[in-house]
Amino acid sequence: MTTGTAPSTRQRGTSMSETAPDRFGLPGTPIFDGETSRRGLRMNKLFMSLRTAENRERFLADEAAYCQGFGLTPEQQQAVLDRDWQAMIDLGGSIFYVYKLAMMDGRSMQYLGGVFTGMGEEDFLAAMRAGGRRDG
Amino acid sequence: MADVIWGLATSHVPSIGAAMDRGKTEDPNWKALFDGYAPARAWLAEHRPDVAIVVYNDHANGIDLDFVPTFGLGTAEQYEVADEGFGRRPVPDVVGHPELALHLVQSLVDEEFDLTVFQELHVDHGFTVPLSVWTPDPGDAWPCPVIPLLVNVIQYPQPTAARCYALGRALGRAIRSYPGDLTVGVLGTGGMSHQLAGARAGFINPEFDAWWMEAIHSDPAALAALSREELIRQAGAEGIELIMWLVMRGALDDEITKVHSDYFVPASNTAAGIALFDNRSGQPG
Repeated sequence: MTTGTAPSTRQRGTSMSETAPDRFGLPGTPIFDGETSRRGLRMNKLFMSLRTAENRERFLADEAAYCQGFGLTPEQQQAVLDRDWQAMIDLGGSIFYVYKLAMMDGRSMQYLGGVFTGMGEEDFLAAMRAGGRRDG
Repeated sequence: MADVIWGLATSHVPSIGAAMDRGKTEDPNWKALFDGYAPARAWLAEHRPDVAIVVYNDHANGIDLDFVPTFGLGTAEQYEVADEGFGRRPVPDVVGHPELALHLVQSLVDEEFDLTVFQELHVDHGFTVPLSVWTPDPGDAWPCPVIPLLVNVIQYPQPTAARCYALGRALGRAIRSYPGDLTVGVLGTGGMSHQLAGARAGFINPEFDAWWMEAIHSDPAALAALSREELIRQAGAEGIELIMWLVMRGALDDEITKVHSDYFVPASNTAAGIALFDNRSGQPG
């Protein structure tokens, strides 16, 4: 059994102050733990609501108002409005919930992989088709 | 008494279901995966159980983060296929088996596995994709009634691998103590190595997956000894869902016969595995 050496988690401005330290010793690997889930609950509930066409229409009609209706923090709301996928994860989003918003935008999990790794979708997809990434 | 006749481990990646629903199984990116399913599907078609149990996790479709049950079991008569955002999969709703399910709850709680009971549940790709891996063309109905057994693999702390294996052992005893005469298939779903978010997104570990694939057959106790952190390190943040294979494995006998296994990269961002085991001792083929 081997694993490669993963680079350190990408850092970003304000959100890092809310991100738990790497207490699991697993760099580059977000752990959706209870504290993260508590922080992201309102935002994750918003993402889950996007399963219905009616809610997607309401969201798209006024995204900021929809975020406020769900009680997002200003930072979470900005991340959603900016489609800042990394910030959504940093601010408590679960990838399975964040993906609801990505799907609504017509974005694939490979697109998100390209964002999280900084590789871009095309290179990320090529890496997956070549057998996956070994060293993060 | 009821008997577990087979165990099937399979990934439940949504894109596998989507490839089937959209007629892309002959597409060059998918053909090898579906070719790898064929021997298992042929065997399973000849060995239809009376009831199946699918060990799986929900992905923000049937339950949300208001409640995070570590283990849950469905006792409903029927489970509707979830609309995950853009229409439900074109597959049949699932008929349950309340009598066996209620017996399992009683037996497992008596063994101090304090499960959450679901009387209504919409089942998502984590549940329906394994059914499609088993039965690609179900027509109007799946081959038999199916009982969902949910495991929290999304929010840390997930149950330990050891606890999942112990639950599987208790599940096997619970099935065998059922007063009715039933044959049962058990599906453990998820995995194999993958990570969806973070700088390590796209991580695949074929050496670990190969070791896991062998050990799920011959040395499940070694897998049950892995810590959460070790699983996440070796299999990726989402690869930890492999613990659900251990629930299936625990329900089988110590000595089992491998019918078929296969491994494919990538199904979306995931290493996809399938492993089928015959649990009828002394009955080859």
